[in-house]
Amino acid sequence: MNWIWLHKFASPPHAYRLAGQLTPWFGWPAFLLIVTGLYGGLVLAPADYQQGDAFRILYVHAPSAWMSMFIYGTMAVAAAIGLIWRIKLAHGVAAASASVGAWFTLLALATGSIWGKPMWGTWWVWDARLTSELIQLFLYAGLIALRASIEDRDRADRAAAVLAIVGVVNLPIIHYSVYWWNTLHQGATITKLGKPSITGDMLWPLLVMMVGFTLYYGAVLMTRLRAEILRRERDASWLRTELAV
Amino acid sequence: MDRTGTADAIWLMYRRDLLLAFRHWDQVAQPVVFFAMVTTLFPLALSPELGELRQLAGGVLWVAALLAALLGLEFLFRADHADGTLEQILLSGQPLALLAIAKGVAHWTICGLPLVLVSPLLAIGLGVPMEALCTVMLSLALGTGILSALGAIGAALTLGLRRGSMLISLLVLPLAMPALIFGARAIDMAIYGDVARGPLLLLAAMLVLALTLAPVAVAAALRISAE
Repeated sequence: MNWIWLHKFASPPHAYRLAGQLTPWFGWPAFLLIVTGLYGGLVLAPADYQQGDAFRILYVHAPSAWMSMFIYGTMAVAAAIGLIWRIKLAHGVAAASASVGAWFTLLALATGSIWGKPMWGTWWVWDARLTSELIQLFLYAGLIALRASIEDRDRADRAAAVLAIVGVVNLPIIHYSVYWWNTLHQGATITKLGKPSITGDMLWPLLVMMVGFTLYYGAVLMTRLRAEILRRERDASWLRTELAV
Repeated sequence: MDRTGTADAIWLMYRRDLLLAFRHWDQVAQPVVFFAMVTTLFPLALSPELGELRQLAGGVLWVAALLAALLGLEFLFRADHADGTLEQILLSGQPLALLAIAKGVAHWTICGLPLVLVSPLLAIGLGVPMEALCTVMLSLALGTGILSALGAIGAALTLGLRRGSMLISLLVLPLAMPALIFGARAIDMAIYGDVARGPLLLLAAMLVLALTLAPVAVAAALRISAE
């Protein structure tokens, strides 16, 4: 099989143009889905029999938590691709993802905390999922800090890639050890196979929101990737013709 | 010209690191003194009641040991990087991951083992009963081993950076949290007279995993940093 076509994606000019073209294709569906999901979640879904309307923060909280993991996974895969096949663009994807992931993690923590106040009576409890989310935030912080402290871009890319991969190996260990350590958080809702413990009325807006958030990440990633390419290729001649300066 | 075998190279590396460390024995003593001092802070800050301290002893010992072990990490590769030994090691043609294990084990002998050896004294000071001292030592021995392995990754990644020591803590501490959880839990269980076998076995499993995977990451990180 001929893999030459694949290499096109690794070329900065091609990726720069493609990312620009793809941004609206991620952005608009993300916008529509998030609006639909919010309407479904905040208006159409019935109030919870126990938590009342307070549970509706779930529609931001759970997708954010999902994104914090999804982005870390994406970043680690991109980092591995960059490290193994020495594709600089993959490092660009990883670099563009880190802070988005950190913000989603922070959002998940903040919404969890706001949700916890009426439900558990405190802003913060040392519960397993909250804590492992917090550790995830620290992992993101470490990655961003490492990348920021190395001046040579090539070295920064590869060092951050090694750390991202180490982090991905550790994430399940951290997750399960924290889980055994303490559990107060309600059990997983969607991943329960067979019989989800949430009614369809409540479930569909959540799924819509999750897809919407994921597409939003796609749109942001494309934009940030373009910025990253501009920064990395600022001396390249193709960029001069591309931007016609 | 005869080549040095890999086993010899590993042994030489281990011996060399120990020799270098004991020529500067004051540096070897620093983490131990730090460990003792941090542990002393807790009774002063919390309460001199042995009964109360006993409840916190597991956590206090572990946090103090973790911080003390972090202190030494910065020096793991720094001298070798500064004087060019690291380049020689990279060029030696010996498997870098195995040499990284040798350096890691040497670092543990210098930095982790002394902590383990003084831990019973400090534990008694915190009101830990005699029967639990064995578990204290075992859990710290496994834990400092895990930290040496994980810390070597952080040390290799931050090699030659300004403010590297702060960065190491930022990189390594989140990864070390599972070890902290089970290590402190094991001591707690032993203090209350339970059999601490479960968490100790989990710690041992983590150590095995760390020893298997970390050297590969350390080798990759060293290659990146030494370019």
